[in-house]
Parts: sequence; C-alpha cells; structure tokens
Amino acid sequence: MENTNSNNVNSFQKQKNKEEMKKQLITFALMIFLTLIAFGAVISEAMPSMFVVPFILFLAVVQVGFQFYYFMHMKDKGHDMPAVMIYGGIWAALLTLAGLILIVWW
Amino acid sequence: MSIAATQKRGFGAVLWDYLTTVDHKKIAHMYLFSGGFFFLLGGLEALIIRIQLIKPNNDFISAGLYNEMFTMHGTTMIFLAAMPLLLGLMNAVMPLQIGARDVAFPFLNSLGFWLFLFGGILLNCSWFLGGAPDAGWTAYAPLSTTSPGHGVDFYVMGLQISGAGTLIGGINFLVTIVNMRAPGMTYMRMPLFTWTTFVASTLILFAFPALTVGLFLLMFDRMFGSAFFDIALGGNSIIWEHLFWIFGHPEVYILILPAFGMFSDIFSTFSRKRLFGYTAMVFATLLIAFLGFMVWAHHMFTVGMGPVANSIFAIATMAIAVPTGIKIFNWLATMWGGSITINSAMLWSLAFIPSFTIGGMTGVMVASAVADYQYHDTYFVVAHFHYVIVGGVVFGILAGLHYWWPKMFGRILHEGMGKLAFWTFFIGFHLTFFIQHFLGLMGMPRRYWVFLEGQELDLGNLISTIGAFFMTFGVIVFLINAIYSWKKGEKAPADPWDGRTLEWATASPPAHYNFKQTPLVRGLDPLWIEKTEGKDEMTPAEPLGDIHMPNSSILPFIMSLGLFIAGFGFIYQTDNSAWLIVLFAGMAILFGSMIVRSVKDDHGYHITKEELEREAD
Repeated sequence: MENTNSNNVNSFQKQKNKEEMKKQLITFALMIFLTLIAFGAVISEAMPSMFVVPFILFLAVVQVGFQFYYFMHMKDKGHDMPAVMIYGGIWAALLTLAGLILIVWW
Repeated sequence: MSIAATQKRGFGAVLWDYLTTVDHKKIAHMYLFSGGFFFLLGGLEALIIRIQLIKPNNDFISAGLYNEMFTMHGTTMIFLAAMPLLLGLMNAVMPLQIGARDVAFPFLNSLGFWLFLFGGILLNCSWFLGGAPDAGWTAYAPLSTTSPGHGVDFYVMGLQISGAGTLIGGINFLVTIVNMRAPGMTYMRMPLFTWTTFVASTLILFAFPALTVGLFLLMFDRMFGSAFFDIALGGNSIIWEHLFWIFGHPEVYILILPAFGMFSDIFSTFSRKRLFGYTAMVFATLLIAFLGFMVWAHHMFTVGMGPVANSIFAIATMAIAVPTGIKIFNWLATMWGGSITINSAMLWSLAFIPSFTIGGMTGVMVASAVADYQYHDTYFVVAHFHYVIVGGVVFGILAGLHYWWPKMFGRILHEGMGKLAFWTFFIGFHLTFFIQHFLGLMGMPRRYWVFLEGQELDLGNLISTIGAFFMTFGVIVFLINAIYSWKKGEKAPADPWDGRTLEWATASPPAHYNFKQTPLVRGLDPLWIEKTEGKDEMTPAEPLGDIHMPNSSILPFIMSLGLFIAGFGFIYQTDNSAWLIVLFAGMAILFGSMIVRSVKDDHGYHITKEELEREAD
C-alpha cells in the first residue's frame, strides 16, 4: 500500500496546514466560549426566560454554522453540492414548520 | 475471475457469492427477486380482499383477518414491493448510465439491501406469531397505539429496519451521482432515469427521517410506556398523522419519479428521437419534488385544520398538476414524428399515459378540499391512488423490467408472453379500479369488511373482483416469461434496442467492473452520438489500466441479522423482561460487526491491466 501521508510535505502545504489548525483551534475555543455563555445565561437567572430561549437558539445556530463551515470544511472549495443539499434540507424543514404553524395557529 | 465465471459453480458457492456481494448488479438482482416476492405476497393479499368483497355479506375471511389483510397489502406493496423493485432497477442501471464502475459505497449498498430484506421478513413474521398489524398501512394513532397483540409492534420494527436500509440506499445513490460520473457526463447530460434517481434519493434523504421519528414515537408509546399520542396523558394523536404524511406524500413522489425517468428513456429509445424538452423534463422533476414537500396536509382535509390551511394545501396540491402536465406533453411530443417500435416495454409505457392521467385528474378532484369531504375514505380515493400507483409505478416497473431485462440478466423476455401479460393486466387493472370510482361516489367506504345487499354495490364489486383475477393472470404470465427467458430465452446482444445511453455500451450482462475503460461522454445520449459518427462503441476517456475493486463482505448480512434478532427482543420484552437478553444479543451482533468493520482495514483488490488484456482475447 502506498503511503500517502508522506513526511516531506512542501513548505506551502505545511503553511496551509498550520493555518488550518489555527482556525480549528480558534473555532473550537469560540464554541466552548459560546457554550459557557449559554450555560451562564441560564444559571445566573439574570435575564427573563422570554429572552434566554431565543438567545440560546441564536447561539445554537452560530454553533451549527461553525460546525458546518470549519469542522466539516464547507468553507473549502468543492463543497458546493453538500451546501446545496444541506440548505435544501433546511429549506424543506422550514417549509414544513411553516406549514405546521399555519395549521395550528391560523 | 473470467475462468471462474465460465465454470459451473455449486449452489453453495452461488449462495455465498450473493450473501457477500457488494456488486451493484448482483445487489440489484437481489432487490428485484425479494421485491418481486413481496409483490406476489401483496398481490395475494389483494386477491383475498377482492374475494371477500365479491358478493354482499360474504364471510370468506373474518373481520379481524380482513383488517390484517388490507393493512399488510398496503404496507407490503409500498415499502416491500414498489420501493425495492425501484431501488433494484436504480442499482442495476444508474451506475451504468453515468459510466461508473459501481456505486460510491458498495458495502453500504449491500447493507441497505439486507436491512430492507430483514425488515420485510420481520414484518411478515407477524402472520405466524399471533396476527399481523391491523391498523391500516397509515397506522393512525390512537388505533395503532391501542391495537392489542403484537401486530403493530411488528409494523414499527419491520418498517424501522427496512426504512434504515432505504435511507442508506438513497444517500449512496446521491453520492454516486454527484461524484462518480464519467468524464463529460455533466448534470445536464444525464439520462432522465439517472436524474429521477437523483431527485428521488434527495426525497428519501429529506422525507424518511419524518417516518423514522414517527415510528420511534409510536415504538416508545407501545413498548416503553410513553404517551406522545395519548390524549389522556397530554399527548396528541394528530401528530402521528402529520409525521406520517410529511413522510408519506414525498414517498409517493419517491415512487413515481423513477417511473417517470424510465418512461422518458423508453419513449426516447423506441421513438428513435432524443427526449423532447429535456431541460423542461429535468426542471419539472425538480419542481414536483419541491412541491411534494408542501402538500402533505391534503391527506388530512377532514381532520379539522380550518378553511385557510385547507385552501393553501389544496392550491399547492393542484399546482403539482402543472409540472406533471409538462411531462405528459413532453412524452407525447417525443413520440410525435418518431420512428416508433411497439414492443412490451413500449406497450406498458403507452398504457401508462392515459391510465396515469386519469389518476392525475382524480387527484385534482380530491385535492379540492370542499369536494374531498365527499370523497374522503371512500372507494373513490382507493381508485385514485391505485390509478397513480399501479398505472404509474407498477406499469413503470414492468416497462423498465422489459427494457433492461437483457442488460440485467443477459436474456430477452419473450415478446408474445410479454404482450399477453400486458393486455390481461391492463384490462384487468381498468376493470378492477375504474368501477371503484363509482362505488366510492355511491358511498361505499374504504376498509369495510362487508357491504350489504340491496345497496346497488353488488355488480360493481363483482366486476372489480373479476378484474383482479385478470391482473393475477397477467402477473403469472410475466412470471412464466421470466422463468422461460432464464431457461431457454434468446441470448441478448449488448445493444438489443439500438439504445442511446451508456448502459447499452456495455456487454449484456456487463462485466463485474462494468467498463474496461471509463467512457468519454460527448453529449446527451452519448452512445447515440457515437453511432451517428459511424462508431459502435464509446471513445475511452483513459488508457487501459488497473481497476480498483471492493472486496466482498458478509458483514452487512450479519449486521442486519443482528438488528432482526434485536427486533424480536424489542417486541417481546413488553411480555417478559427475559426477552431483553435477545435484544442485547442482537445489538451486540450489530455493534460487534460495526467494530470489526471499523478496525479491520479493507483496501479492496486490483484487476491488473494484463488480466483485462487477456479477457479481451
């Protein structure tokens, strides 16, 4: 079996890997930070729950974005089709939710 | 390999080969055989239903058994017959049509098949273990949550397991079509069957999770004491209907779109013209898929959602008639001025147009919320969905089988028997279901065990039952035809129909690696383009080289067997907690196989260039 994980990576690739690792670490730290904020918002009871719930949902959306774009590499080239499918799925789910809301509250 | 293929192999060797295969063509065979078996089973159940309704106040079967019969007829036909037959044809044809050597994940392909089969077997085990599910194929709560015995438990576990298989299959096809198209095979050069496979797989990906969630809720209500659908404990039984139809309506497009794709390919081949309005066909397919997600509530007009919701869903539903109409006219225009050959495949396709259009027309009728209060739960609805599912999907599967049989099995089906099967089935189909429109309008409700004398329903039901026997005869002739072709059918050449698409550029049946050299695609209908330039084969896109192939594996079979065993554990642990041992044992088999699969490296094998050159001689 040919070893593709060669040790002598050229310097350009090395630089890119280094930046990629830096981005991953920053994103990871940010996600931990956002989780702490969400946790704090609940445990401190400083804010009314009418504010806390949408606030946490917003933080969740940001985290999902980090997950898709940084950890799952949707920001990189050649990820158009996964993006189309994911946004298509989100769109279908939102439509279904809108339909259900319409049925329940109208 | 070439030597092994020419030698006569023992039964055990063939069996082991099929149990472990990851070859998309052999998996297709297994999908078709098991789907065909379940089709016969569902057909038998339909026949028993029709015999029960042959005369008023009949007592051929008891009321309880009748409930089990129509529940299993619907469930079997949708989940265990139509879906696998379509997945089988997709498996057989789609990789060939895009010039690929296999699907993207051959191991998962095999896993998907075995999950489906074991799920189907689990569901049908219920017949021998105290009664089949009896809450209708829709399993509406609270009927399904309160149904005594284990019937509905088998429904839940069986569909959950086979549904996982379908989901795996759908994702596999998506990845295959996105990543494994031959050089030059752009999206807008894909044959329509590949396009509809792609769109149907997207629908599987988005719609099946709703069913999975619904089945999980039902499973917890029945087996673990939760109360999602129990109003007395603060649940809501309507949620089941919503979840079921959020899945269920896209499901009917998952069934019909691949059939549309097959008809498109067949019309174009046998009219010797390129498909009329190719771009419009692709976008109509996408539009149907898109609209298909916004119409689920039209199954629930009488639930009491209110006039605004009903109107919106009614209009969204009627909108689907527009892209479908575009397709119908494009098929007619494809044939217009073409040099038409009428054989069995073409007969099924031609018969599809008026039959499906009738189903579409009654579809617009039931889509009208106000009128639906009359039609709801009557035989009018039964007639409507049999016109679209039999007249669309079953005709499509039979057309596709006749068309691709030479490619899949290397034999051509007998034309005479093909025509006999067609005419009897076609006449029988209209005899059975056309009259049911009027039975419904006269007020005969769906799912009733008996009807009474003197209500003018006698003659219509008799005619309907006679039609069912005609259909049975047609199916039997098709079976004889299949066995005949296997025993002494005419050997098929590589390109028996003067085809246009890539699958006809391979041998019949194709070598296990499909294409010795990946073909270069130069436009829509790639093989036809080569033919117009006087060549009879594709231009290769690469020099002859080693081919990387996946290894066979028994693991998918063992994993599915594990889930099958665990299924029994889940069902019976409500009676006696000793059954939890079975549950854990089954799950241990599943997770053990998954660990083996993850830890053991499997790099596949190579067919060397020299071996390929030797085969050419």
